[in-house]
Amino acid sequence: MSEFPPGLILVLGALVIPFLKGSIRNLFMIILPVFGLLGLLAIEDGYTFTINILGLQLTPVRVDRLSLLFGYIFHIAAIISIIYAFHLRDTVQQIAALMYAGTAIGGIFAGDLVSLFVYWEGTAISSVFLIWSSNTHESFKTGMRYLLIQVGSGVLLLAGTILYYKQSGTIVFNKFELTEIGPILIFVAFGIKAAFPLLHNWLQDAYPQATVTGTVFLSAFTTKLAIYALARGFPGTELLIWIGAIMTAFPIFYAVIENDLRRVLAYSLNNQLGFMVVGVGIGTELSLNGTAAHAFSHILYKALLFMSMGAVLYRTGTIKGSELGGLYKSMPYTTGLCIIGAASISAFPLFSGFISKSLIITATAVEGYWGVWLVLLFASAGVFHHSGIKIPYFAFFQHDSGKRPEEAPLNMLIAMSLAAFLCIAVGVYPQALYNILPYEVNFQPYTTTHVVTQLQLLLFSALAFGWLMRSGLYPPELKSTNLDFDWSYRYFIPRLLEKLVSIIVLIDRKLREYLLKMTNNFIAEIRRYYGAGSWFSDTTSIGNSATLLVGFLVAIIIITWVF
Amino acid sequence: MGKKSTRKAKKYWLDSKSNIDKIWYALIVLCLISVCADFFYHKHIEYKVEDLIVGMYGWYGFLGCVFLVLASKVLRILLMRPETFYDEVKDE
Repeated sequence: MSEFPPGLILVLGALVIPFLKGSIRNLFMIILPVFGLLGLLAIEDGYTFTINILGLQLTPVRVDRLSLLFGYIFHIAAIISIIYAFHLRDTVQQIAALMYAGTAIGGIFAGDLVSLFVYWEGTAISSVFLIWSSNTHESFKTGMRYLLIQVGSGVLLLAGTILYYKQSGTIVFNKFELTEIGPILIFVAFGIKAAFPLLHNWLQDAYPQATVTGTVFLSAFTTKLAIYALARGFPGTELLIWIGAIMTAFPIFYAVIENDLRRVLAYSLNNQLGFMVVGVGIGTELSLNGTAAHAFSHILYKALLFMSMGAVLYRTGTIKGSELGGLYKSMPYTTGLCIIGAASISAFPLFSGFISKSLIITATAVEGYWGVWLVLLFASAGVFHHSGIKIPYFAFFQHDSGKRPEEAPLNMLIAMSLAAFLCIAVGVYPQALYNILPYEVNFQPYTTTHVVTQLQLLLFSALAFGWLMRSGLYPPELKSTNLDFDWSYRYFIPRLLEKLVSIIVLIDRKLREYLLKMTNNFIAEIRRYYGAGSWFSDTTSIGNSATLLVGFLVAIIIITWVF
Repeated sequence: MGKKSTRKAKKYWLDSKSNIDKIWYALIVLCLISVCADFFYHKHIEYKVEDLIVGMYGWYGFLGCVFLVLASKVLRILLMRPETFYDEVKDE
């Protein structure tokens, strides 16, 4: 059992799906990741599996503490998401979800770049069906954009791999130096999937367009695979500290004014990735532990938040803040569970975010990056503001929208409760998580200083929210599209190309017109001399012709005679 | 279904304005308590700025959030377009 490559059980299981029906199929889907997780628990740290293909040494499975941690949480996320989607009777989505989870887990354990590439593209191609399954024109277009960008990231990874192989003669996936072109391309490929600033728009574009259940799957795997890849390939790369710091701050401004609550969560997901990227960039044992721990707790509370918003969308048919409100009256359990997720992402003491994020923030302070540290604190206050308060407030409270939807289906409540339980369990008993981190942990999250300062930060953020709300300064939720960097490729570049094409068409037309005029002139000239009625085309009598010809020949004879 | 109609008629605790005010005042009290807590323990700090004034983190959080929201309001002026912005582009 332990010899079985992690993730493969889900991919193979997906192939059986069409032959199963109804609830049996859904039960089968839950059993797969449970078995996968059991297999992973049995596997030994340090186990590798290598094969030789065409003289290339591939390592499809490499197990160490870092990959194990991500492996565990990916399996847990798969189990929770599948329970959440238990009511679903959609073969395409079910196959796509299993393939997606399976390839993502495979990617975590890939020990070489070629295997990683295969899984990398596998996640891209399988996950797009979770977006297309929304069956709207909009989701189709979004899916196309998503696929282009994701596959593009894979192509960059492959190109980087080839160049790296030429340069170093190996494809082993370990730490790279960001000096040669190969690793730089790999870095950009990871950066696209990790939603670096200006490469991030696929995330906010795609996640709100996916199906209710699809978004929950999406939120767990793609970006965290990229975070893992960065932690593996580029720990201690200082550039990542600055990229990560921008990532924590930049999306939260958008989150405040965004109306689509699932898009708000996509922006805050982006912000949370920023914390992890900073952790990778600092590259100390403390900060890398922080990144791994934060990925673990983040997957849980993000899934929980997306699940609660999914339940709202499922029951009301909308997820726009401007159309919601007062739902706590008829969906009290979903409200409560959402608040647990909100408390976790906001890093309230006793919730999961607190014990993982403080590792990263402390590492930043210890290493002396005080500017980044200030940004991270600001982003922490901001994330409470827009995810912790805004999400539950606009969906479940604010003014009463009059909507009285039913409580979420039982399977959704079970999935959300599982995630909520783990959020609190990790927060209350952090040692369980700390024990499985890549490095030994000498960190105490529950010191008086940590708890009091964090509570101050959060309570006063809440105070700011309350004050802005009561004074009417807070911007209301409005139906709108907010321009982000994707404006460049969804609006500006197409327009620019249109303009360029029209200019080229114009030049082309003028050039043709000019040539046509020249040709016409030329023809007119010829016609003048050779056309009907011109001198050359004049007819004349045979006698005259003969005389002319004879005269011509005589002239030639005389000339040749004389010379 | 009968349950639903009774639900509609039910008056919730949060429906009353005075109760919302109670939450608001409770929050203010909690904030004050958290600031006062600073007097009763020794703060382990990395930077001097952390202990510049009492309740430094609170001030930072409050001002940070106010800045966040007001800056976003300004951003909205620049960035907000109709919901159908990208659809219209397509239809042209």
